[in-house]
Amino acid sequence: MVDAEDQVIVGLEVHCQLDTKSKLFCGCSTDYRSDGPNTHVCPICLGLPGAMPALNKRAIEYAMKVAKALNCEILEESEFSRKNYFYPDLDKAYQITQYDKPLAEGGYVEIESDEGGERKIRLTRIHVEEDPGRLVHMGNVERGKYSLVDYNRAGIPLIEIVSEPDMRSPKEARKFLNKLRATLEYLNVFDSEKEGSIRVDANISIKGNERVEVKNITSYKGVEKALTFEVTRQKNLIRRGQKIERETRHYLEARGVTQAGRSKEQENDYRYFPEPDLRPLRVKSWLDGIVLPELPDARRERFIVQYGCSLNHARTLTGELKLANFFEKVVASDKSGLSPLASTWIADTLIGELNYRDMSLDKVEPAAITGLVLLLKAGTITDKSGIEVLRVLLDQRFKNESAETADAIVKRLNLAKTAGDSGAITMAIEEAINENPKALDDYRSGKAGALNFLVGQVMKKTRGKADPAELNRMLTEALKNKEA
Amino acid sequence: MAGEITFNPDDKYNAFLATCRKAPHGSGKLAGVAVAVKDNISTMDIETTCASKILKGYIPPYDAHVIGLLKAEGAAIVGKTNMDEFGMGTTTENSAFGPTLNPCDTGRVPGGSSGGSAAAVAAGMVQMALGSDTGGSIRCPASFCGIAGLKPSYGRVSRYGLIAYSNSLEQIGPLGKTVTDVSTLMGVIAGHDRHDTTSLDKPYNHIPNADIRGLKIGIPQEYFGKGVDTNVADVVKKAIGRLEELGATTVPCSIPSMEYALAAYYVTCTCEASSNLARFDGVRYGPAPDTKKSWHDAYQEVRSTAFGTEVRRRIMLGTFALSSGYYGKYYAKAQAARENIKADFNRIFKDVDVIAGPTMPTIAFRLKEKSDPLSMYLADILTVPANLAGIPAISVPCGKSDGMPVGLQIMGRMFEDERVVDVAYAYEQEVN
Ligand SMILES: [Zn+2]
Repeated sequence: MVDAEDQVIVGLEVHCQLDTKSKLFCGCSTDYRSDGPNTHVCPICLGLPGAMPALNKRAIEYAMKVAKALNCEILEESEFSRKNYFYPDLDKAYQITQYDKPLAEGGYVEIESDEGGERKIRLTRIHVEEDPGRLVHMGNVERGKYSLVDYNRAGIPLIEIVSEPDMRSPKEARKFLNKLRATLEYLNVFDSEKEGSIRVDANISIKGNERVEVKNITSYKGVEKALTFEVTRQKNLIRRGQKIERETRHYLEARGVTQAGRSKEQENDYRYFPEPDLRPLRVKSWLDGIVLPELPDARRERFIVQYGCSLNHARTLTGELKLANFFEKVVASDKSGLSPLASTWIADTLIGELNYRDMSLDKVEPAAITGLVLLLKAGTITDKSGIEVLRVLLDQRFKNESAETADAIVKRLNLAKTAGDSGAITMAIEEAINENPKALDDYRSGKAGALNFLVGQVMKKTRGKADPAELNRMLTEALKNKEA
Repeated sequence: MAGEITFNPDDKYNAFLATCRKAPHGSGKLAGVAVAVKDNISTMDIETTCASKILKGYIPPYDAHVIGLLKAEGAAIVGKTNMDEFGMGTTTENSAFGPTLNPCDTGRVPGGSSGGSAAAVAAGMVQMALGSDTGGSIRCPASFCGIAGLKPSYGRVSRYGLIAYSNSLEQIGPLGKTVTDVSTLMGVIAGHDRHDTTSLDKPYNHIPNADIRGLKIGIPQEYFGKGVDTNVADVVKKAIGRLEELGATTVPCSIPSMEYALAAYYVTCTCEASSNLARFDGVRYGPAPDTKKSWHDAYQEVRSTAFGTEVRRRIMLGTFALSSGYYGKYYAKAQAARENIKADFNRIFKDVDVIAGPTMPTIAFRLKEKSDPLSMYLADILTVPANLAGIPAISVPCGKSDGMPVGLQIMGRMFEDERVVDVAYAYEQEVN
């Protein structure tokens, strides 16, 4: 690929919390979110004088699973280092992380490129580190009366996945992040729904210019937004003949903008050195014991072969572990029979309706969708009715109301197709034509839109129950008779 | 067996920072034995300050691993002993709570940094005490106060709960009036602890044995050369002569890498200290910072007033040495020098079983005698090599010079703590 003159160049550093039961260096539970401040703490994660870290092997196993899944090389020997800086949320005034000997190097993530087809985004490294605590500001940071420190988060295991500057657009960055999330979820080492479980720093530049680091992106959508903002900002500066400064900027999620951070002079010198309280890690041999589950790419290919999904549908369905599992449950009763319809209805319609409501898939039981797809497949309801049924079904579940089956909704709202009941349709056609003489004239004078308009009118009268093909045939017939 | 002992000593030497008048004890190997603990070892519910203003009022909510072991064997923790602030010193004069005096001569220092523990034992206030040794902090005061003290092999005693000064160098170790006491206490505190992943599963179950026939002792020329007081050297040579009479043979040797030992030591310990001590920022420890100031201004104020001069000096040195662009020049070089020192010891230990020499180049200094830091640092030259190499080293009283005690230092192969104890024990039995 030849880069254009104003080619965008993006690299990401992604921090993900590993979903272990206990923290990285102590036995405290990681399940802190619903509890009060400083309730999941001990001498170790509080950084009390004299306390020492003892490595949680499970966290290293989790990180190695990720490394293996992302095709990285596990280093023969890696080590932990101290990253020294002062900040009130940092219990020891240093963070135990990995510096010049990370757990793993190399590897790649495959994404669908903007030009179509798969593209490999190379990885630089993966390393393991501890999360710091959290500050809660009373008021805002600048003018608040005081801040409180909560160490519940201190010591939660993180992996930092660093990519090469291989992405060419904010959209690709988003895809990279989605793919990473899916992979980590498939590995069962990460819970993307936990607040703050992923944090991203992005490096972005326009070819031939200095790069800017954008810190503090905490959501999946935020990455694309922050980078899009930066592309526009940087391109505008270049257009005006200004120089891009190499700097660190912060993403303000609420406003969707980036803001200049501390200047270079004030940047921390982290004074890294090897953590003397931990031995070097020699864990490469553990790889043999790590068996990977089916990963998103493999599952996507299987969906295409096994269920006849289109590439796009398969990509969407397998892009999230939960969704892929949901799909397979929906079609479980009739794998080959239901899958083509189910994949369209889930990948296109259901996702759209859920997003519209900002509703979690968890609230929908697969059987409800199976019921709907069965009705559609049997021709009992039209596609239009299908959407109506789906909406009712989702609204009920969203509001935690009585959860009717698709069948019940169809019966209650009398949505079954009126095929065979041509009397009602004939009547509706008759009415529609009589009420719209202009449309009849238009039809007669050969205006194509007139037929569609009348179809719409009849649909309205029959509340979408009419089979569209059948309706078309009957309406054309009726118009022909009027002509005569 | 369990009970309580009354501890109400006349602490003329300012050996203690805190005492427990009624000290409970249990049953076991140390049932009812009064043990003093250096104030950098965390003791649950007993103030632990490292002799620093910044930790004044800090009461640990947990016991160091060794304290748990002491309690399990019935010991009575009777008090916390004075020290150089955070272990940084060779005299115990760098305590925020005043110096400890040497019971042998109150015009002199007890040595450091475990000066309070050594003085408490020397004065007979307790039978044994715990200290910590980063570059000689157990052996120096043992030597100056005329008692025995062991720096165990690195990894034999858990550091969990020891308030870190220089993690890669230091070990908790025993001080006692006799080698037998030292050995007994070592037997209680050694062994693996899952909370300290640098600790090893090498328990110490040993009864000192005075038979040293056939033992080969290396005598490094550097331990009797420039900077070592000739009277001290003579006393130590005589003591080694007694070991020969007991059936040991001596072999002259050399540790050329000692030239870099002090530099390697001070770079390593200041770097690690600058990081270890960064958490003392006034937010959770020390005098509450002025909340009207921005947090980094408040930190600066607390840290520039609550730390003593020597601590601030070492934090600054370490911070500088770790700064961007200097790591390779200092810390990495110091670690390379440590490898050379280890290699020198390994080479020598192929031919000899232990290495002997003076513990300190001189007898105890007069109070305020070592006012410039460099001359104080030089006094560590004979003790730091064992810390840099991680090997065991013991100091046992071996006579007097100018009426003050002189210590004989025995260093052994990695994890051969038992052997250095035996040699010291043989000497002690011979002279008593
Ligand atoms: Zn904890």
